[in-house]
Amino acid sequence: MHETDMTKALIATLQDWWKAQSEPKISCVHLVVGKFTCVEPLSLQFAFEVQSQNTFLEGTKLSIRETPLIAFCHHCQQEYHPEIGIQYACPQCHSPMEDIRSGRELKIDRVEYSTNTIEDTYAPNF
Amino acid sequence: MHQTFDAALGINLLHANQQGAEHNRAHFDQWGIICLNVMSSPGAGKTVLLERTLAALTNEFKIAVIEGDMTTELDANRLRQYNVPVIAINTGRSCHLDSKMVAGGIHCLAHEYNPSDFDLLLVENVGNLVCPAEFEVGEHAKVALLSVTEGEDKPLKYPVMFQEADCLLITKTDLAPYLEIDISQIEANVRQMNPHVTIIQVSAKTNDGLENWFNWLRNAVQSNTAKSVMSLT
Ligand SMILES: Nc1nc2c(ncn2[C@@H]2O[C@H](COP(=O)(O)OP(=O)(O)O)[C@@H](O)[C@H]2O)c(=O)[nH]1
Ligand SMILES: [Mg+2]
Ligand SMILES: [Zn+2]
Ligand SMILES: [Zn+2]
Ligand SMILES: [Zn+2]
Repeated sequence: MHETDMTKALIATLQDWWKAQSEPKISCVHLVVGKFTCVEPLSLQFAFEVQSQNTFLEGTKLSIRETPLIAFCHHCQQEYHPEIGIQYACPQCHSPMEDIRSGRELKIDRVEYSTNTIEDTYAPNF
Repeated sequence: MHQTFDAALGINLLHANQQGAEHNRAHFDQWGIICLNVMSSPGAGKTVLLERTLAALTNEFKIAVIEGDMTTELDANRLRQYNVPVIAINTGRSCHLDSKMVAGGIHCLAHEYNPSDFDLLLVENVGNLVCPAEFEVGEHAKVALLSVTEGEDKPLKYPVMFQEADCLLITKTDLAPYLEIDISQIEANVRQMNPHVTIIQVSAKTNDGLENWFNWLRNAVQSNTAKSVMSLT
């Protein structure tokens, strides 16, 4: 359900950017979504399809790259992969998860867009 | 002719919400208010906790409440009995408060009162363990509640909220004897991902532990007052 709000937030953020760029046609939006967030990529994908209809993002593709949860244990001086839902402490020394190196991302990474050139705008339509 | 481009944005997906949160925080800092975002699953005891808090502390501090958990429409009225401003926000079908909704609430507060008179703003978020932690509203600290009836595993299964919390209240401890719950296991599970969190066990029924919560609040308000006094000099 909160993916609806996430998408609303995403569209609002993109709209600010889009207006600042004199309103180009956006073909694809690339997101990076960490596993240690409340966002479910499939629900987000679905919400985006629905909510982008009849907006400047109609027909825009949403591409989501998921990043794993990776923490760094300062005691062991190494990275480890906490098991979400089961165990977050370091499997070797059981120090708590303090330093998250990956998995909290909720980022609009890149936008692919195209602009019409002036000739294009005035070209007669055969 | 088409020209295609690829722009690196690197903008947080919640950028718009974060900007709103900064707007709210700037108001709070200007007014000398400390704002706490109170979050839990539905029924963990947020409203009752706020009732006990208002009953105990309204003669020490000037408190206002933003009520976002409208599952029972009575929540806001229950709190109004304590003669504090309670701004009820109709969240509609949203499963969390966002910074815009809270901005509406605080602008309303500033319109009807002198906001600089207030010390503490308590925001009761929508009952939900998942996303309220992701949508900051401008709070200075996050307070999470987990009732003993919810089970030891909830922090492991809904980690983001417990990882982000500055203070965790384990509520309804009066019910623990009737359940097979190991409160020390709840604490251990939370500390696995959030070793510095303050954990306070409370019962709003027997009042056990509430004084520790009030002291945590007093400390939060006093350190905020100290900070604004410092910034004046
Ligand atoms: N036994 C017991 N019941 C409680 C306690 N705190 C809250 N409750 C009950 O839990 C239910 C939900 O409380 P409420 O404050 O409305 O939860 P909220 O949805 O988080 O605001 C109510 O029936 C309360 O009376 C407590 O400390 N002990
Ligand atoms: Mg409530
Ligand atoms: Zn939500
Ligand atoms: Zn280790
Ligand atoms: Zn404002």
